Amino acid sequence: MTTSKQMTLKLKVWRQKNAKDQGRFVDYTVEGVNQAASFLEMLDVLNEQLIRKGEEPVAFDHDCREGICGSCAMMINGCAHGDMPRTTACQLHLRHFNDGDTIVIEPWRARAFPIIKDLVVDRSAFDRIISAGGYVSTNVGNAPEANSIPVPQQDAEAAMDAAACIGCGACVAQCKNASAMLFVSAKVSQMAHLPQGQPERARRARNMVAQMDKEKFGACSNTGACEAACPKGIKLTNIALLNRELARAQVKS
Amino acid sequence: MSTHPRLDSKIPSGDVEKKWSNRKFENKLVNPANRRKHTVIIVGAGLAGGSASASLGEAGYRVKLFVYHDSPRRAHSIAAQGGINAAKNYQNDGDSIYRLFYDTIKGGDFRAREANVYRLAEVSVNIIDQCAAQGVPFAREYSGYLSNRSFGGSQLQRTFYARGQTGQQLLLGAYGSLMRQVEEKNVELFAFHEMLDVIVVDGKARGIVVRNLRTGEITTHTADVVILGTGGYGNVFYLSTNAKKSNCTAAWRAYKKGAFFGNPCFTQIHPTCVPVSGDYQSKLTLMSESLRNDGRVWVPKAKGDKRSPKDIPESERDYYLERIYPAFGNLVPRDVASRAAKAMCDKGQGVGETGLAVYLDFGDAVKRIGKDGVAKKYGNLFEMYEKITGDDPYEVPMRIYPAVHYTMGGLWVDYNLQSTIPGLFVIGEANFSDHGANRLGASALMQGLADGYFVVPYSIANYLGGEKLPPVSTDHDACKAALADVKGRVQKFLSIKGKQTADSFHRRLGKIMWDECGMARNRAGLTKAIADIQKLREEFWSDLFVPGTGEELNQELEKAGRVADFLELGELMCRDALEREESCGGHFREEYQTPEGEALRNDEKFTHVAAWEYQGDGKTPARHQEELKFDYIHLAQRSYK
Repeated sequence: MTTSKQMTLKLKVWRQKNAKDQGRFVDYTVEGVNQAASFLEMLDVLNEQLIRKGEEPVAFDHDCREGICGSCAMMINGCAHGDMPRTTACQLHLRHFNDGDTIVIEPWRARAFPIIKDLVVDRSAFDRIISAGGYVSTNVGNAPEANSIPVPQQDAEAAMDAAACIGCGACVAQCKNASAMLFVSAKVSQMAHLPQGQPERARRARNMVAQMDKEKFGACSNTGACEAACPKGIKLTNIALLNRELARAQVKS
Repeated sequence: MSTHPRLDSKIPSGDVEKKWSNRKFENKLVNPANRRKHTVIIVGAGLAGGSASASLGEAGYRVKLFVYHDSPRRAHSIAAQGGINAAKNYQNDGDSIYRLFYDTIKGGDFRAREANVYRLAEVSVNIIDQCAAQGVPFAREYSGYLSNRSFGGSQLQRTFYARGQTGQQLLLGAYGSLMRQVEEKNVELFAFHEMLDVIVVDGKARGIVVRNLRTGEITTHTADVVILGTGGYGNVFYLSTNAKKSNCTAAWRAYKKGAFFGNPCFTQIHPTCVPVSGDYQSKLTLMSESLRNDGRVWVPKAKGDKRSPKDIPESERDYYLERIYPAFGNLVPRDVASRAAKAMCDKGQGVGETGLAVYLDFGDAVKRIGKDGVAKKYGNLFEMYEKITGDDPYEVPMRIYPAVHYTMGGLWVDYNLQSTIPGLFVIGEANFSDHGANRLGASALMQGLADGYFVVPYSIANYLGGEKLPPVSTDHDACKAALADVKGRVQKFLSIKGKQTADSFHRRLGKIMWDECGMARNRAGLTKAIADIQKLREEFWSDLFVPGTGEELNQELEKAGRVADFLELGELMCRDALEREESCGGHFREEYQTPEGEALRNDEKFTHVAAWEYQGDGKTPARHQEELKFDYIHLAQRSYK
């Protein structure tokens, strides 16, 4: 239920003017925030306070604020999107914190995600991985009647489970190697489960992984931190599937 | 009021069933070798802009795509939940292109163009084929064939869906196709670039001015044609279900360069959203209309009943939608459901702390199909609701209230989706074209993709094939002037150095809009709102504070630009609402209602589109009319009873 309880939070926020700046933690206190507010609304309150004092607000990326656009991206007390399972930072609410808590907020840290400012990082590497093969190469106008290709329900469901990825980068941020295997495997797995994805199966896996390596993401060492951090519950089994797809692709070539 | 020569709707000749075929045949073509000589600028990569970029890239044009997000995958279409309509009649329940056409015209309360709507229904079937071919994981039956559900304003099942994430999956389908064109170098992607003006040369749209949001650099880009797929302007209300960055700037800049604005007051208030809980609130969250397939809406019969919903027996609950509208029940269109919720709360039967909410109850559905059955259909929505409110909707009914969701109004376009500026095309929610005064659920995704995949590619070929377009360089005087204007404006925001933030102005504007131009409007309120907005605007330009500089990522500067435009658009919306002396769809004027409190249209005076023309700052804009003709569907009072 909604409550009108007010709380005070102590924040340690990573401030970095631009890519070249060294960056540092700065302490802030936010007073009188409503417990029913979301985490990002609490940052709005902080920013409003900073601006009123003539200081620069904390830059952070966000947009839909309902957990689907994948914009918001921050480490909250060392956990990507905070430690609530299957929750993006924008869906995290203050009722899960205690009055007086100290909260550490940092950007995603990965070589492939350079910092732009404060908590905003550049995730265009993900776009380049998708453009390397994360699609079915069909042109508009090519499509056959939709029901002419039945898809077994369990395959459609498995494809949907993988397709739920929002491209936020939490998997990379949480991984000690900054590997993007969960992200890549989600797309490969979606397509591998569908008849429409079959013709390009081998090429897709090869090209997407090659691009991932080129972007300097780390290797996967199967610790499963990505799965634990993923706000959309993308499963580690997708990575196993990706490895099989890669092996299959190598045999094929 | 006058009909303006530029308001030529260019509706093709022939029977409504033949119009689109006729137009496609009449259209000029551009041969494949010549296409790569043409540069097409597209702004926005939601369902409309993303699908247009992919299809024009595939066709071989040189596309330059501008998005203000860090990636095209983040466009707000991603948040659409419930589904997409198509007249496939897979359920054998009597659907047809004509019926989808009929439902959409009626749902829009007879304020949309018949020819456009028919075309939309016609291409809807191709959209599903296209998306299935892209690997969009639509819901399937055990047979492997596609599954459907119902949405408001329809008595059959024609909505295709991918759990509660249909928009996400359709958008990622378009995004995949688009990124393939980026890889093939047919599309050049400019992420983190916000469009701040249109460049018009010899009366034609020939380019845009953009600001690189990362570096602050402001540049001009020229092209043969410009397409805006920049979404709706629901955020003029500050609180809406729109994403935080959604704004009207691209459309508003085009309006100020000569594009007419169609029906700006037509706003959709969605009935099922998580209610406002405090003044810190930054946005509202939609709970998909699909929930009304199984959820039952009710309030206590007694006023001010503060008992927990579980303690209120069946006999003391008013399932008011089922009672008032037995034929459509909980699945009446959005405008009707929203007004009914407001009426119940106004009578004192609202629930929750504020009394501004009604229940959406899944108790019966859980009994009928079990918790697992409900979870399979709506699991992610239930999770989302629980995260926001802390309540478990499997146990306690959801509390919902209407919120601003979509804008039917937008830049005026003809049948070819061209605005009153030649060479400037407008697609998706950014245009005004297909939904009249109220959009039916699951039709926004349909329109966005119809425009981008199946309509605008033909219009572009026709335009480029028929126009002489001498090259325009960025040294052209019009480019330099537009660039200087934009730079001046950015400097102005930074130089005011007042005391108030862009957000604080935005909240105040939103309150004026919601109070006076929201679910119910009247002459006195709208007149007052116009004066209040003008005053607020003056205050904005004298007391705004934007920290930082223009040469860096500066989110406050971005907001200031958007709020400045909302402060102008809000006034135009109120003017439009004031002039339209009737109630229709989402536009409810309290002076014009039936004895039962339903919207009362005035077909004699208002069977037209209001298209507003900018006349200069501080001057009253001119209102023109495009008359609407209904040759196929007879004008009738809507009834969902």
